[in-house]
This record gives sequence, C-alpha cells and structure tokens, in this order.
Amino acid sequence: MNILIALLIGFLYAVSVYLLLRRSIVKLVIGILFLSYATNLMLFFAGGLTETSPAFVVASEAQNVVMTSDSLPQALILTALVIGFGVAAFSMVLIYRFYKETGTVDLDDLSDIEKL
Amino acid sequence: MNIVLSIFMLFGLAALAPFVNQRFPKISGWLLSIVPAGLFVWFLSKIPAVVQGLPIAESYPWLAAMGINFSFKLDGLSLVFALLITGIGALILIYAGYYMRSYQKTNRFFGYLVFFMASMLGLVTASDWILLFMFWEFTSVSSFVLIGFKHEKSAAREAALQALLITGLGGLALLAGLIMMSLPYGNFSFDAVINTPELFLESKLFIPATILILIGAFTKSAIFPFHFWLPGAMQAPSPVSAFLHSATMVKAGIYLLARLHPVMESQELWIYTLSVFGVVTMFVGAWFALAQQDLKKILAYTTVSALGTLVLLIGTSTAYSITAALVFLLVHAFYKATLFMMAGNIEKKTGTRDIRKLGQLSRFMPVATVISLLALLSMSGIPPMIGFIGKELMYEAKLTAPEAGNFILIMGFLANAFTVFVSFRFAYEVFWGKSVSFEKPPHEPDISLLTGPAVLVLISLVLGIFPNQVADLLGPAFQAILPGEQLIKLKLWHGFNEILLLSFLTVLLGIVMFAFRRKIIRLVSYMNLNFFNAKLSQKFFSGIDVFLSLTKKKTAVVQHGYHRFYLMTIFISAGLLLLLTTNAIDFSVDFSWHQSPLNYLVILAAIMIVAGSVAVITAKSRLLALIATGFVGIGITIIFVIYSGVDLAITMVMVETLTVVIGAMVVYHLPKYLDYSGVGSRIRDGIVAVFFGGVMSYLALHTSSPEGIDKISAYFAANSYTKAFGENIVNVILVDFRALDTLGEIVVLALAAIGIVSLLKLNAHKKSSR
Repeated sequence: MNILIALLIGFLYAVSVYLLLRRSIVKLVIGILFLSYATNLMLFFAGGLTETSPAFVVASEAQNVVMTSDSLPQALILTALVIGFGVAAFSMVLIYRFYKETGTVDLDDLSDIEKL
Repeated sequence: MNIVLSIFMLFGLAALAPFVNQRFPKISGWLLSIVPAGLFVWFLSKIPAVVQGLPIAESYPWLAAMGINFSFKLDGLSLVFALLITGIGALILIYAGYYMRSYQKTNRFFGYLVFFMASMLGLVTASDWILLFMFWEFTSVSSFVLIGFKHEKSAAREAALQALLITGLGGLALLAGLIMMSLPYGNFSFDAVINTPELFLESKLFIPATILILIGAFTKSAIFPFHFWLPGAMQAPSPVSAFLHSATMVKAGIYLLARLHPVMESQELWIYTLSVFGVVTMFVGAWFALAQQDLKKILAYTTVSALGTLVLLIGTSTAYSITAALVFLLVHAFYKATLFMMAGNIEKKTGTRDIRKLGQLSRFMPVATVISLLALLSMSGIPPMIGFIGKELMYEAKLTAPEAGNFILIMGFLANAFTVFVSFRFAYEVFWGKSVSFEKPPHEPDISLLTGPAVLVLISLVLGIFPNQVADLLGPAFQAILPGEQLIKLKLWHGFNEILLLSFLTVLLGIVMFAFRRKIIRLVSYMNLNFFNAKLSQKFFSGIDVFLSLTKKKTAVVQHGYHRFYLMTIFISAGLLLLLTTNAIDFSVDFSWHQSPLNYLVILAAIMIVAGSVAVITAKSRLLALIATGFVGIGITIIFVIYSGVDLAITMVMVETLTVVIGAMVVYHLPKYLDYSGVGSRIRDGIVAVFFGGVMSYLALHTSSPEGIDKISAYFAANSYTKAFGENIVNVILVDFRALDTLGEIVVLALAAIGIVSLLKLNAHKKSSR
C-alpha cells in the first residue's frame, strides 16, 4: 500500500505542476489546491501508515500509553488544511477581482496590463 | 571604562547628536565635542601602559563558532590613530558647530559625523578582521552620506556615488582578501596572522589574498589609479573634508598596510607594490596640485600625494622610513586638517574658494592669516614646524632606501618641491597678491571657526621645537609596524649634512617655481589638457554605464515576466536538487517495511483521485474542474480515514465543501473557459510535471518513517492526558502544546477574511475612473 500512496503523492504533485504551468488563472489556483493536497498527503505519509488506531489516549490508561498513529504530522496537517482553505478562498476571490479589473483570465496578458 | 564602551559612547552620541543640535543649535558643536574630548583624554591616559608594552585587549564572543569575535586591542599603532580621531574629531565638531549654521538639515549632519567618528575609532581598535571590515564599511557609508550632504547638487551626488562605488568595491575585495588570509588559521583574530605569518605566507592563496587586500587599502586611501574619487569628495562641507578626507578616513588604508606590514615585510610582492604605487601616487598627486584653482582641490591633490608618500615609506621598510611615516602621519593630519578648515573659513567669509578670485586677505583676517601661514610652513617642511622634521626623515629614508633609492629620491624631491610651490602659491595668492573687490569686506572668522585650526597649528609648532614629546607615543606604534628595530630619535636640528642641503634645495626649487608661477601654471595646465587628460572620473562613470546596460540585458533574459517559466525553473531546479540530495544520502530504497496490508478502500480512493485529476485537466468547463477538484479532495479524505487521521478527515470534508462552494460562486462570473496552450507546450509542461512528480514519489518513499523509531509524538501521547487532560492527542497538540501556532492560524484566517471582503467591496471608485 505504501508504494501506492507514494505514487499517488507523486501523481498529485505532477497534476499540480501541470496546472500551475497553465496560462489560465483558474487553473493556476486549482494547481495551488493540488499542491497542498500533495504536500498534506506527503506529510501524512511521512508519519507512517497505521490502520484503525487514531491518536487517542484513554483516560483510564493514561499512565500506560499504547503507541498509536503519529499525532504530530496530523496536527501539522490540520493547521495546514485550515490555512490552505484561507489561501484558497482568498485566491478565488482574487481571481474574481483580477477578472473584474483586467477583463482577462490569461496570465500572459498581465505584462501588457502593467503598461496600461 | 574600556575600548568597547568608548566606541559605543560615540555611537550613542551619534544617535543623540541630532537632538542636541535641535535643542541647542548655538552651542551644539561645543557640547558634542565634550565626549570625543573626554575620550581623547582617556586615550592619553593609556599612553604609559602602552609604552610599557601592555596593550589593552578586550574580547567578547560574537560568532565564536566561526572564529569571529568582538575583539579590540589598543596597541601603539591603534593609540596614535585613536588620539588623532578623538582629538581632531573634537576640534572638528567645534568648528562644524559654527560652520554648518548656514546649511539646511544640520541635525542629521552631526549624527553622520559622529557616527563616522565612532566607526573610525572601531576600525583602528578592532583586532578581528571581520570586525575591522565591518567598521571599514561603516566609514565608507558615512563618507557617502557626508559627501552627498548637499544632495540638491548633482555634482555632490555623483561624487558621493563615485566614492561609495570605489571604496565599496575595495571593501568587497578587502573582505575576500581577509577571508583568504584567515583561512589557514580558522579564526579571524589579528594575533593569529601576526604571530604565525608563515601559515599565510606559505598558503596557496597568498598572492590573490595580498592583491585583494591591497586593492582594499588603495581604494580607501586614494592611491593611484583609484585616487580620483578624493578630489571629487571635496563636494562635502569643509569639516568633512578636514576630518574624513584628509586626517582620518583616507588613512584607514595606511593603517591597514601598517598593521599588516610585520606579516608581509619579507615579501617582495608587498614591498615592490607599495613602493611603486606609493611613488606614482606621490608624484601624480603633487603634479595635479600645481595648476588647480580651487583651494580645496589643491589641498585634495596634495593629500593624494601625502597618502602616496605614506605608502611609499611603509614599503621602504627601514627604521628611517617607518619613523618618517609615523611622524609624517601626524604632521599631515595636523596641517591638512587646519588648512581644510581655513579653506572653509575663507569660503565662508568671501563666498569663494577660487584662488583667482581671492587676494589681500591678510588685511581683513590677520589671525586667520597667521594660522594658515604656520600650517603652510609645516606643509612645505620649513623649520621650526614639525613638518620640517617629517621631511628631513623622509629624505633620510629615501637616501638610505635599500633599492631604487635614487629614483625614489628624485621623485620625492620633485613632489616636495611641488608641495612647497603649492604652499607658497596658496599663501601669496590668498593672503597677499592682487587686490580683489569683495561684495562685502570679509572679516576675521569667529572664535569657534578658529579654535580647531589654532590648536592644531600650535601642536605642530610645539612638537616641531620639542619633537621628543611624541617619541614616547610613536615608539610603541613603531614596534607594531617594524618589530625588531628602533624608532629613530627625532630632532629639529641635524647639523649641516646632505639632508639639510636637500631640504634647502627643495625650498629653493619651490621658490624658483613660484617666481615663474604664471608660466608654470600655464605649462602644467597645457600638459594636463593635452597629455594627461585621462579623466579617470568620467571613464569610471562610462564603465558603470556599460555595466548597467549589460545588467539590463541580463535581467531581461532572466526576468522575462512569464509566471509559468519562473515556476518551471523553480520546479525543475527543485526536482534536480532534491534528487541530488537524496542520492547523496542513500540511493537504495528499503522496501522491507513498505508492506502494509492491502486495503481495497485505498485502491478505491486512489481511483477517485486519479479520475478526478484527469477530469480537472481535461475539463471543458470551469465548474466541472472545480467539482472534480472536490472529488479528489474526498479521495484524500478517505485515505485519512483509513489510516487513522479522523480529525483530518472531518476538517478536510468541511474545507473541500466550502472551497467548492466559494469557487462555484466565483467562476459563475468569469468568461468562457478558453484553451490557451498548444500541444507543444502541453507536452513540455507534462514532461516537467511527470519529472517533478517522480522525484516527489521517490522522496516520499525515502522519508516515510519505519515503525519503532523514536517519535516526538511519544511525548505528546504520554502527556496528553496527564498534563493537558485531553484524550484526543491531535486536538490537545493544537489547542495546548502548540496553541500559539493555532492562534497564528486563526489570525491568518481572519486576515484572509478581511482581504476577501475588501477585494469584493473595494470597487466603487475604480469603476467610476474607468
């Protein structure tokens, strides 16, 4: 399974890079979303894959902790997810605003717009 | 009280100076001079200790791991310079307090000037090469702002820029040279190099390091061919010319050469380079001083000549020459600072410093005349001024020079005669000569304007008569430059010998030249125009222009303005670098622990992700692309759920839903989805994407940690309930162990929300302007 997940991570990165290299600003933003998918998954994968063992301690057994799935990467990803959402929402609105101001969604037009 | 404190006191004073000047504009010069004057006295009190061979050393760790320390040492050489800096500095501040009144924005001027003073003091007391370099750059920067003080004038701006670029370039060369020099030692302390020079002298980098250090010293001290920035620097107000560009800053290069001399004295490269460049600069400076019409330019070129003389004397490396260098260092600082201040006074009182428009000033300002004349006597080397002793020693040094003595002697003789000529011309044309009608009759400069020059001239006179008063001070300095030899005894009267004859002939030639001054000036001007019209300054600027246009072309290639190609560059280079690093660590991937049991749900999720991604790439409508993105997100959520990331899954579902909803709202407003790229660029981007994805897969296999390894999470697991009373470890980490991170996250979200609102609302006025 690990190899499958590793390949999946690479696949997500590839999709992200491909989208980031497009001229359309919408695809650029979707590319950013994919970049955070890939990175989150990579971080998750780095903590090791543990099935059916969420990072919980039971109060009664607090003195005698059984090693569960790695909690630290999960906490980091959680933060990243929320911030990623902030970035996504902001960039979506930025696209809207960009289009309203410039009348185009083609990033290559940007250098011409500067000259106006 | 110690050295560091004295430097920091001056830096503190630099910060306070603007406020002092603001609050007490009438007496700010006197007030500000208290601190440097106090420090001068403190340094004086250190003479006995230094004479006894007990230098004061201080060291504080700075970047100790790299062998860089905040180290200071006050030995004989440093002490001479420290006394010059604080003593002349105090006098200059008194002078500037009055002189700068007619200027705008003088508050900052005093800040800059005192900042320079502090930097210069740091430079000469530092005993760590990096620390020295830091102060060295400080002085370059303060010189830049002070030359460009009258920044409304384009000439001042150009001169400031030129000085900065040349000394800055030299500074970089110096840094490289100092690092190369210190490499064999592993630290940057002076002592390492001075105590065991062999390590450096025998290292492969000896020649490049020496050349770079020499470039640094030569640019700073205006040695040919870098001398042209110094006459340009005369755009600065007179206190600056007197302090930075004659008495102290330009001597920094000399200081560095003197400091390194004990290390280098056995090296022919060092001796010959110093001698050759010294002689050339000495002569060139004196030659160009001959026909100048601007008082300050005359003084600037004689300063260039004096700096060349100092380099030559260090390069000659005999007991006579080093003694001469030290005496001349003092002599020159005294008379040149005086003359620059007097030139400023003359300009202030008459409105010009063009020698052709001046004359008969002795009638209007007798005291100023006497002071100037004494300083000019010292400059021409006429007894009883200390300048005479300086010149006698110089001749002695040149006569006893081990090599090429005759050539050096002739050049030195001519340069000295030229200096005598210039001094006489200065004295005669300004104070006597033709009568000139002034708009309003000039009068004696004010007491504040005369204090500094008078004190310095008195010192020159007293030391000329009782020269051994400085021998105590110069002895330890001599030891620092040429250990193993003794300082030559200083006397005003040497008896009738060939040196006295030389001195006499020098003055005689100067006077003869003076008698034919019109012809000489015409001849020199003619030759300057037709034969020596190098215009180094203009060449320098056209060189800069060429460099700028090259840079522009280069920038146009690298900074092309297409985001896609920037990103492509980043991804390709990041991929290659990652590949290189992981290869370096371990090329083989250990697959033994990658055997987690097969799980069909994961395969389903993978299919969802792949299908969604393909749909995103091929989608003909934006809405479809967005929904497919959400689909991929759900696929990842499934993987989180399977592998025990419950909190992640919950958050992910919410985030995905909201993202798709917001995205749908936005894309609704956008125009039809267009295909911008052709097949060629798709294939190219595809290759880049697959390459980068492959690297990341490979990296993922490398980084995923095997079971049983020590994890930081064990700490969280152990303390989650016992200390933070939470069963869900991930949540406890977020709200307890790493609560500040979460706070930051909330701030980011709030900022994003504010940004979104302003982006949506802020369109009213834009619309109307279109």
